[in-house]
Amino acid sequence: MKDNVRQQPKPPDPARRKALRDAARLGGGALVAGMALAGHALQSSALPAQNLRPPGAIAADGFLSACVRCGLCVRDCPYGTLKLAGWSDGPATGTPFFTARDVPCEMCDTIPCVKACPTGALDKALTDIGEARMGVAVITSRETCLNLQGLRCDVCYRVCPAIDKAITLETTHNARTAKHAVFEPVVHADACTGCGKCEKACVLDEAAIKVLPLQIAALSQDSHYRRGWDEKDKAGAPLVYAPLKLDVRKPQAGADLP
Amino acid sequence: MSANRFPYAAAQVRKGLWQSRRFLVLRRLAQAAFLLLFLSGPVVGIWISKGTLASSLTLGVLPLTDPFILLQSVAARHWPEATALAGAAIVLTTYLLAGGRSYCSWVCPINPVTDLAAWLRRRLGITQSSKIRPELRYYLVIAVLAVSAATGMLAFELVNPVTAFHRAIVYGAWTSATGAILIFAFDLLVAKNGWCGHLCPVGAFYGGVGSATLLRVSATRRDACDDCMDCFAVCPEPQVISPALRGNRTGVGPVILSGDCTVCGACIDACPERVFTLTHRFDTRLLPCSATSQPETPAAYERTTP
Repeated sequence: MKDNVRQQPKPPDPARRKALRDAARLGGGALVAGMALAGHALQSSALPAQNLRPPGAIAADGFLSACVRCGLCVRDCPYGTLKLAGWSDGPATGTPFFTARDVPCEMCDTIPCVKACPTGALDKALTDIGEARMGVAVITSRETCLNLQGLRCDVCYRVCPAIDKAITLETTHNARTAKHAVFEPVVHADACTGCGKCEKACVLDEAAIKVLPLQIAALSQDSHYRRGWDEKDKAGAPLVYAPLKLDVRKPQAGADLP
Repeated sequence: MSANRFPYAAAQVRKGLWQSRRFLVLRRLAQAAFLLLFLSGPVVGIWISKGTLASSLTLGVLPLTDPFILLQSVAARHWPEATALAGAAIVLTTYLLAGGRSYCSWVCPINPVTDLAAWLRRRLGITQSSKIRPELRYYLVIAVLAVSAATGMLAFELVNPVTAFHRAIVYGAWTSATGAILIFAFDLLVAKNGWCGHLCPVGAFYGGVGSATLLRVSATRRDACDDCMDCFAVCPEPQVISPALRGNRTGVGPVILSGDCTVCGACIDACPERVFTLTHRFDTRLLPCSATSQPETPAAYERTTP
């Protein structure tokens, strides 16, 4: 009996064939749709430079895996700073962002947007708004910044919530007049939260100071560089013991002359 | 299937206007109510529900999160915080009790759009429809989760027209309504029930939940069926009706068990013979039909089945 079955080839099972054919067709369709979606996803992962994430947003790629686009942060923002991206806006559809030149972040002490986030896309480890890093301000136009022309505008410096820490005015010699000083606004990335109040307040038609994403404007030093002075501080002692003793050579008449 | 342009007409003659449109009216009221919960805050300043259908907070205490969206997040290797997890658990439990794809017909803001397209299709007598297999949506669920895993992003949320339309209404981001307009055109001109019935991964996910859900429609008086086909004409998922309605011949019970059923109640409304009732999945009773046809008891049913 068993031998008989083995000798005769099984007749094709129409139901099984149909099921396989259907699975191949549907799987193919889903594959095409999936590839198109993946392409779209990779393209929309880039955030336009002038669109900033709310305070506490986890690092660029992680944010898009965590944000469910519910807008609860937008609802709890008391200043109307945050918006949800529409289909034609730059950031990934439905994600929250703000444009500093329109409405900057007012840096609420209670950080209601972070508290509202249900998924952890905005990290609740951020409890001091001064520690927020939404971006970093950069003087993007030295040629138009009024202070850099030798005038006293100072507006970005004055509005900075971290005045004298995130923005300082550094005086240098004004070579044009030869008798005045230039009060250059200098941003210190370690204290700048990226709130954007400086960019909002810049009196020029096109702001000379702009908040840029951290990955563009606040880079960390290449890990293979070791700064001798930092390493010395870390170690608490000089790393190389090199007693430097030079001979004191005084002018002597004809001493070493050949 | 006969093209029936006025599938509610016979039911209205037999049962009156209310009995032939009950579930339709209740569904529209529910859909409007779910939108108003979110709209009362931004429009008149009374905050009931904040957020969107993706994730919301109601009255400051009740978190709700779409479990399919959260599943994409997990696939993209982000473990959500407790609030979102609790919200998803509440939603899952609710739909395990209340019908699974009842989300589609009672809550989803796209439903009125696709219902309008289906109604226009019937009225305009548009019968041609591209052949797309309804199972494609389940493959799309897998594709969406796979893309989320591969790209580390909530992939479907970049294009999801359901949540985008809800955001368009609740946040006034009108460009996000583009997807809904495309779906309307697709359903009207390309394929009957094309989006909800064949493609939408959100509905497909809730369909999975629905395959175990408690709330179901049953063809309780199926022996009164006179094959007028009105239920098939109004049903957004006509393939789910046959097994239960024609179960007499195959020995299948009267409850519509397919997860694809959206518990919209359109069949209950449209049936002039009152064949369908809203009940739970374990209610396999067969009630005797009305006086015009021969009554049948469960015992008689047992006798006739092999």
